[in-house]
Amino acid sequence: MPGLKDRVAIIGMGCTRFGELWDKDVEDMLVDACFEAIEDAKIEPKDIQAGWVGTVGSSFSGQMLSHPLKLEYIPISRLENFCATATDAFMNACYAVAAGVYDIVITAGVEKLKDTGFAGLGAVGGPPTAGVEPPVPPPAQFALAATRYAHHYGLSMEELKTALAKIAVKNHHNGTLNPKAHFRREVTLEQVLNAPMVAWPLGLFDCCGVSDGAAAAIITNPEIAKKFRDDYVLVKAVKLACGARQGQLQDWYDFVHFEENVAASKAAYEEAGIKNPRQEIDLASVHDCFTITELIIYEDLQFSPRGKGPEDVDAGTFTLEGELPVNTDGGLKCFGHPVGASGLRMLYEVYKQIQGKAEQRQLKKADIGLTHNLGGLPGSFTCGVTIVGRRD
Amino acid sequence: MAGITSYGAYIPFFRLGGQTAGWSGLVEKAVASFDEDSLTMATAAAIDCMNGMERSLVDGLYFASTTSPYAEKQGATTIATAADLRRDIINMDFTDSLRAGTNALRAALDAVSAGTAKQIMVAAADMRLAMLRSGYEAGFGDGAAALLIGDERVAVKVEGWYSVSNEMLDVWRSQGDALVNAWEDRFVLDEGYRSALPEAVKGLFAKYNVSAKDFAKAVYYAPDPRRHTEMARTLGFDPAQVQPSLIGAVGNTGAAYALMMLVAALEEAKPGDRILFANYGDGADAYILEVTEEINKIRDRRGLKGHLAAKKILGDYETYAFWRGLVERSAGARRPEMLQPSASVVWRDRDQNIRFYGMRCKNCGYQQYPPQRVCTKCHAKDNSEPVRFSDKKGTVFTYAMDYLVPTGDPPMIIAIVDFEGGGRTVSMMTDRDINDLKVGMPVELTFRKLFTAKGVHSYYWKCMPVRM
Repeated sequence: MPGLKDRVAIIGMGCTRFGELWDKDVEDMLVDACFEAIEDAKIEPKDIQAGWVGTVGSSFSGQMLSHPLKLEYIPISRLENFCATATDAFMNACYAVAAGVYDIVITAGVEKLKDTGFAGLGAVGGPPTAGVEPPVPPPAQFALAATRYAHHYGLSMEELKTALAKIAVKNHHNGTLNPKAHFRREVTLEQVLNAPMVAWPLGLFDCCGVSDGAAAAIITNPEIAKKFRDDYVLVKAVKLACGARQGQLQDWYDFVHFEENVAASKAAYEEAGIKNPRQEIDLASVHDCFTITELIIYEDLQFSPRGKGPEDVDAGTFTLEGELPVNTDGGLKCFGHPVGASGLRMLYEVYKQIQGKAEQRQLKKADIGLTHNLGGLPGSFTCGVTIVGRRD
Repeated sequence: MAGITSYGAYIPFFRLGGQTAGWSGLVEKAVASFDEDSLTMATAAAIDCMNGMERSLVDGLYFASTTSPYAEKQGATTIATAADLRRDIINMDFTDSLRAGTNALRAALDAVSAGTAKQIMVAAADMRLAMLRSGYEAGFGDGAAALLIGDERVAVKVEGWYSVSNEMLDVWRSQGDALVNAWEDRFVLDEGYRSALPEAVKGLFAKYNVSAKDFAKAVYYAPDPRRHTEMARTLGFDPAQVQPSLIGAVGNTGAAYALMMLVAALEEAKPGDRILFANYGDGADAYILEVTEEINKIRDRRGLKGHLAAKKILGDYETYAFWRGLVERSAGARRPEMLQPSASVVWRDRDQNIRFYGMRCKNCGYQQYPPQRVCTKCHAKDNSEPVRFSDKKGTVFTYAMDYLVPTGDPPMIIAIVDFEGGGRTVSMMTDRDINDLKVGMPVELTFRKLFTAKGVHSYYWKCMPVRM
């Protein structure tokens, strides 16, 4: 099983500003993100041989990409995998390149959440139901993990809330340095702790933004990549893990770790040859849909020992100046979360950091980066972990 | 001989009372929560009534109410399914009259006497509405009672009965009316209650050659406490013989009211007690009941007393008016409208959602809800047996309080509930005080109405703190 390591290269990426883009529709955002990627790769749209596009609920079919870009008579697949949609689209594009079926392909993700008239994800529809599923929005679902985390590790709710607030303060700070971020405003610990409750114990600043946006990548194999640019970025691993709703059915599932995170990251580390993630990874863009999610991710991805996430937060481990900067672009928290685009937005930041083009946010060392993209709810997730690195 | 073999009751957790802001009533009354209706309350009473009994031996369920959620679709069938009764049974709705409860009782006694059924569950519930701040509204309350009728191990024998039919408009609701209408009080009482109920009781006395002194207790309907006291004099009972009115603590619970008073009487009754039991509505019914030794074997019920003890006074009257759809209130964040459930999905999942069946894997023994074709633990395919989870005790593994979801009693509590014997579910929690919530707290399940969308009522199970 050869895997993907060093067999796929990213030669171009694009990402729109995320936010409440009242004047942009899905096609506008795809044109903006995809043409930025095409121009970054210095290719022509006619060079694209196949496409993989992801959206959770903003459009349908592969034609959602061929229409705006005028890609003519090439294969395009549309993917949906909850909030891990864009990572799934990217993974399938990588498979095609690694298999040698195509040389140059495009992958994109997009979401238009702000036309529904509702806050949150309330209007992403589904098949007809019996109407008995508890109508629990994501904040309350993830709040279940926060309540249990405090109980499990014997923290007072105030202690946990303070650790979570520090994560929000960090990501808000990083967002101020990013012209494409949805929210670009510093917040103080007091503001976060005193914010209105959304789903106890999570307050307003524990929750990520709901945004419109799109992101895209042009990928090829390393041989061809060399013809387009010197600073292409190599794919080291892309791994997806789907839960079988164990956490909703079995009482061992502890809500203080998400096994899907562990499975996907372990598989990705193995493929990429990473033995000590905390030391070997230079930066990570992780799925901070809620502050508690980012805390649990630190531990699930072996950035922090179990139960020690709050101590590492206190020590500043994950700030821009820290040992392992996490969510340097503001994360879902402040860059925003157009669900079907987020996985590629994360990769956009890591790609720019590795190329040394992250401007105010640029890290001194950015050779190996990780993205972590999580879809679903505690109890049953789709988790995607991607590791990319500088070419040798 | 056919008689009562078990009893049960249900009183909602919430009350309007002295501390309810904006409520002018001086006494308390029980009010169904935003997620309850007559069907869910009757279900709770029926389950209380069957505590420790074999549900598969019940041959029918008779539902008595003037406030069944559907005009066309039987309430009894849903209650029988939620109570996990068999499929080859006879279900009936008795409605349109305050006397529906004793109508159903009579029909059940007749069926068992005739031998067409061995056991019939009679479940009565009501939650009538009157004009805001009217005298009727002050007196009305919400609640349910259930009686199991059979001819073996009879705890209360039915020694005799007498009925009268009285055609008049005293209180009424037309199809589509939300609120009870009534004619002038004096007419309603003089030609209705004060005339028909004594006529039935005196007819009973004459038919069986008995008098008030032959009874340990008199249990009878009265529209308010004053008429309750007056009626004792009319019928010749001493105050000590009279089962106290529930108006003042629970309220007049319509078609369930007389049955709830009877349950209260049975909770205190001794073997050998003879009870006069009379009900009013479009005429009157009167019964002679006699308590047997079996009564001492069915004490393990929450009944009236247990439900009366557990309560929470609603903070403000506006919340109650909102629950009843009498005022509108902002739901907080804008949310999409609830979709009408798919009838075919509701039907396909009826055992899982209404009976609350999960399954136990026959290969590894692991219990799980909802039922899975492939076992979550050992992955055996199609090798399981159904397990009823609705009466299993649970423990809160973790919980959260959502302030965004529109609900009648914010915040909405969501809990992960682990069941005794294995398995867990994601559950909404109802009838709770948020100050009492904690990881590890014991919960039980309760059948509730989730929402109504385009005329379809959606029912499902929620968890609630174990009611003491």
